[in-house]
Amino acid sequence: MKSLINFFEKIGYSVTSRIKRLGTATRLFFLILISSGESFKRFHLIMKEIYFTGVMSLVIIIVSAFFVGMVLGLQGYYTLQKYGSSEAIGVLVALALVRELGPVVTALLFAGRAGTAITAEIGLMKTTEQLSAMEMMAVNPVGRIIAPRFWAGVISMPILASIFSMVGILGGYVVAVIVIGVDEGAFWSQMQANVDFRYDIVNGVIKSLVFGVACTIIALFEGFDAPPTAEGVSRATTRTVVTSSLVILGLDFILTSFMLGG
Amino acid sequence: MDKIKFDAWVGIFVAIGVISLLGLAMKVGNLTSNDIRETYSIIAHFENIGGLKPRAPVKGAGVVVGRVKSVVFDTKNYHAIVKIDIDKRYVFPKDTFANIYTAGLLGEQYIGLEAGGDTTNLGEGDRITQTQDAVVLEKLISQFLYSKASEEED
Repeated sequence: MKSLINFFEKIGYSVTSRIKRLGTATRLFFLILISSGESFKRFHLIMKEIYFTGVMSLVIIIVSAFFVGMVLGLQGYYTLQKYGSSEAIGVLVALALVRELGPVVTALLFAGRAGTAITAEIGLMKTTEQLSAMEMMAVNPVGRIIAPRFWAGVISMPILASIFSMVGILGGYVVAVIVIGVDEGAFWSQMQANVDFRYDIVNGVIKSLVFGVACTIIALFEGFDAPPTAEGVSRATTRTVVTSSLVILGLDFILTSFMLGG
Repeated sequence: MDKIKFDAWVGIFVAIGVISLLGLAMKVGNLTSNDIRETYSIIAHFENIGGLKPRAPVKGAGVVVGRVKSVVFDTKNYHAIVKIDIDKRYVFPKDTFANIYTAGLLGEQYIGLEAGGDTTNLGEGDRITQTQDAVVLEKLISQFLYSKASEEED
């Protein structure tokens, strides 16, 4: 009997603690927005963070994009060939990347690489009491440390997603035209005829912006809220990746249904 | 020293990003086409538009000259009223034919415009009077079966 009650207690606790953390994360989000003026005045802080989150992620983004594009080209070709529409490979690669894979895979990689770095850094700052030291010096830690990372993440994500889509299309081009031998003119002309700027590319950019906000806020919150121990920080980085991935995929479905339905 | 390195790399990063976005817009998408030019609207009435959707292409001699803006149902005549945006560079005479064709066998449907011989041209808000409806596959099949059946009766 007692273990049954225990079980329900555990469920209740996990639900209430999740909701509490959601509330704390929302408050952190608004605090970041309020303190953003301070971080934009010291723009070099944001620049430094863009370097660490964006530029340092370039290698993984470009390499992954190239391989994803090549796989799309290969798989797409062998399926389209059965229906005699192998000329549509350009459309397939471009639409798949620009609409879905570009924003989503970039966001997942971003959460894994930049998100965990942010969480670990802020968690460590909290553990070594640097954040409390700043508060004692009347320096706003949210404005100096947290908000620049937020804006850096939000600025870097669409840029990384566009680079991903472009390199992916290049990878698809290499496989389809150079290796397999699909007609180059058909590849690009079909793509240009069927990819719409407003409905595909702009929607992709909007998605990557939303994912950027979500990933970065999750990473920042997990770091800020981590128990100030080594174990706590490492658990927080794991939670960042898992929560970010789930939220990205969930938001992707919601955004896609808005964009395709409306 | 570090600050210069950060600034330089961030600058390069943003530059690459902007170039990719422009590349996507120009090379991959259709931003350079006549979507951004000025257009004038004309109207056409059809009895059956088949699968015609807004943003479907409007072609003259196979070249895209405009897009379908909107499709509404007219409750007075029970027709479909299709509003078309045509690029201002292309003018059509008043007795133009508007037909609904299908691209490929099962592809999307588009409007094909064939110019007549009238000397005055269509202006903003004018109506195309000669129209031909879309081919509905079911009607075609039932026509075929009916003619086959009547053939065998003889």
